[in-house]
Amino acid sequence: MLSYATKRALIAILTLLAASLVVFAMLEIVPGDPARLMLGMNATEDAVHNLQEQMGLNQPLAIRYFSWLGGLLTGDLGKSYTYSVPVFDLIKERVAVSLPLAVISLALSTLIALPVGIFAASKRGKFSDTLAMGVAQVGVAIPNFWFALLLVYLFAVTLRLVPAGGFPGWGAGFGVSLKSLILPSIALALPQAAILARITRSALLEVLGEDYIRTARAKGLSRRQVLYRHALRNALIPVLTILGLQFAFLLAGTIIIENVFYLPGLGRLVFQAITQRDLIVVEGVVMLLIATLVLVNLLVDLSYAIVDPRLRGRS
Amino acid sequence: MKSWKLAVACVAISLVMSSASYAAKTDLVLGIVLEPPHLDPTAGAAAAIDEIVYANIFEGLTRIGPKGNVLPALAESWTQSDDGKVYTFKLHKDVKFHDGTAFDADDVKFSLDRARGDKSTNAQKGLFSAIDTVNVVDPLTVKVALKQPSGDFLYNMGWGDAVIVAPESAGTNKDKPVGTGPFKFDSWAKGSQIVITKNADYWGKPALLDKATFRVIPDPAAATAALLAGDVQAFPVFPSYETISQFQADPRFKVVIGTTEGETVLGMNNKKPPFDNPKVRQAITHAIDRKSLIDGAMFGFGTPIGSFFPPHHPAYIDLTAETAYDPELAKKLMAEAGHPDGFKTTLKLPPPTYARRGGEIIAAELREIGIEAEIIPVEWAQWLDQVFKNKDYDMTIVSHTEPNDLNIFSRDDYYFNYDSPAFKDLIKQIDATSDGAERTGLYQQAQKLLAKDVPAAFLFQLPKTGIWDAKIEGLWENGPIQANDLTSVKWLD
Repeated sequence: MLSYATKRALIAILTLLAASLVVFAMLEIVPGDPARLMLGMNATEDAVHNLQEQMGLNQPLAIRYFSWLGGLLTGDLGKSYTYSVPVFDLIKERVAVSLPLAVISLALSTLIALPVGIFAASKRGKFSDTLAMGVAQVGVAIPNFWFALLLVYLFAVTLRLVPAGGFPGWGAGFGVSLKSLILPSIALALPQAAILARITRSALLEVLGEDYIRTARAKGLSRRQVLYRHALRNALIPVLTILGLQFAFLLAGTIIIENVFYLPGLGRLVFQAITQRDLIVVEGVVMLLIATLVLVNLLVDLSYAIVDPRLRGRS
Repeated sequence: MKSWKLAVACVAISLVMSSASYAAKTDLVLGIVLEPPHLDPTAGAAAAIDEIVYANIFEGLTRIGPKGNVLPALAESWTQSDDGKVYTFKLHKDVKFHDGTAFDADDVKFSLDRARGDKSTNAQKGLFSAIDTVNVVDPLTVKVALKQPSGDFLYNMGWGDAVIVAPESAGTNKDKPVGTGPFKFDSWAKGSQIVITKNADYWGKPALLDKATFRVIPDPAAATAALLAGDVQAFPVFPSYETISQFQADPRFKVVIGTTEGETVLGMNNKKPPFDNPKVRQAITHAIDRKSLIDGAMFGFGTPIGSFFPPHHPAYIDLTAETAYDPELAKKLMAEAGHPDGFKTTLKLPPPTYARRGGEIIAAELREIGIEAEIIPVEWAQWLDQVFKNKDYDMTIVSHTEPNDLNIFSRDDYYFNYDSPAFKDLIKQIDATSDGAERTGLYQQAQKLLAKDVPAAFLFQLPKTGIWDAKIEGLWENGPIQANDLTSVKWLD
């Protein structure tokens, strides 16, 4: 078991190292100079040169890579070119929005998807199954930003129950902050829930066709008992895989929803940093996301073992 | 289990029911599209910096007023020597920076010397190039000697890039700006909002608002929703042209369409064939229908221009007729230039809507006279690198938003590659002239020369599309410089 964990950790570290090299190299070949961008069209050459020097952009590539990598290892992600504050602080502020948003959306989508998927599978072929899957199909098809705008017009503009967007910061109070995350998390959760419900249903149906289900029914268990005790557990593995992928998406891929609700999340930080050529911020965030992905994959792998005891024996 | 569920439901309901709190009448939430990279106007060109700090937090010797005129600011008065080369500024007394340090002549010398010095990272270093020496006469008097007379000097000192900063705080202004203005910096939640509050110790007329919040809303649809929901009460530069008519019909809002200093042009590479031929450039100009361009790309907002000069300026002359839409004439000019069948070229477009939408329309119009322009969308960083710095382009669309920037056509090595000794001479004369009538005459000559040479096709002046609550008074109608001057903004009862 120990050797398994060590192996996993080594692979993770190697993945991160390789990623750091690729990320750094790719961003360096992108055209555009942050100093010139900052000083604009009227700037004199010597002013641009001075700023490049201040930003440390005049050093050779290799030196910059190793000093950046050295920083990463000691937890120092460097200083943003444009904001001139530590990258770590910038990311920390954004994670305080993106992480709760991702967690709430994921919880919401799971709470909706699992019952709907189970219900549809148990009523297979009946009208209620067709209806539930039809609604889910629409949910998959609707673009989330459009759905978000509908929510804003109904709940913020017309009913004025919640703000149209923005995030007051956790310092402004738990209630108001949570309130500002309600609409975005619904907008994010529903399309994800629709996908998840369909996956749950098809995974369940596949399991329900297995021989051991028939055996369980034959030995006298009720339809309900078979569904929850035997089928559901076995159907959860594909569902967990999708959940892991969705979490990674919800953490970083939500830039469109962040724009619609003007939330200061990670997606917008990365987007803004790319347009401003604040490469050190881009590098920091991308590395963080890769690290998160590696971690989430590990957790998903471990959770397989919880769901399926047969996997615990292997290593 | 039951009671737990009940509690959750109660919390959820109370969260939803506690209705949005309405703003008290002394605070204001404004929407801005772009977040500033930092808040030091002396170290960055981004308009978003000045849109927050100009006149509110930082002040210069002079300032630009709502009509684009030069007004006194930290200098209460000034005199000019007979040869026009020495300005003596008399400063206001009892002025304090927000951190409590006193303002005096040494701060002026420090700020000007820093902006023009060897280590300067000022985005508009050129504004200070006329200065020869800055001398402190006494704590309230500064003498600025110029290398040669400069008609623009007092105007230049009113730019956001020329504000006075203190040596104690100059290094940290990016994150924690310390100025002398009627508002002081309160907080900045990055990616979200910037808050400024009233400076109780202000030396001049105090601000009427206690607090102003600038909220960053990049998405046009979100900007519309935020105004409608009352989350922001003013959007001085509203980004969604397509929804403006909705606000015009709504009595809760005031829609104010003003002008800016943004001349939008179709830039052409004047040294690269076939654009080195003036006839080709003239043909392109005559092939563009400014009205359909403004209607199509700007939903009708914008003023056509025939040269590189803002229509609200007293010296402006309307030259759109000289380069009016005339496809037949355009085809004739193309034939005379040796391109009767047209040619293939490229059009590089930066991200703003006016460029991306305008580029589609212009490309379609150029096709009518045989020019196949391939559209290449670029980001700002790429645009600055490829088009602006390396001049690797054929045509591009961009708005030149700096005030008083007629002289860009006289700069060597500027991206137009326009090299006209006659125009350079005119700019030199303008800069050396302080007499009003004489300057007007020279300005008009320069406008005519550009309309004749067409180093770029002149399209339209960017509008300032402001929308705010009908009960707000004192926001600027026009944008002579990019600023949100809140010094006399108030709520009507």
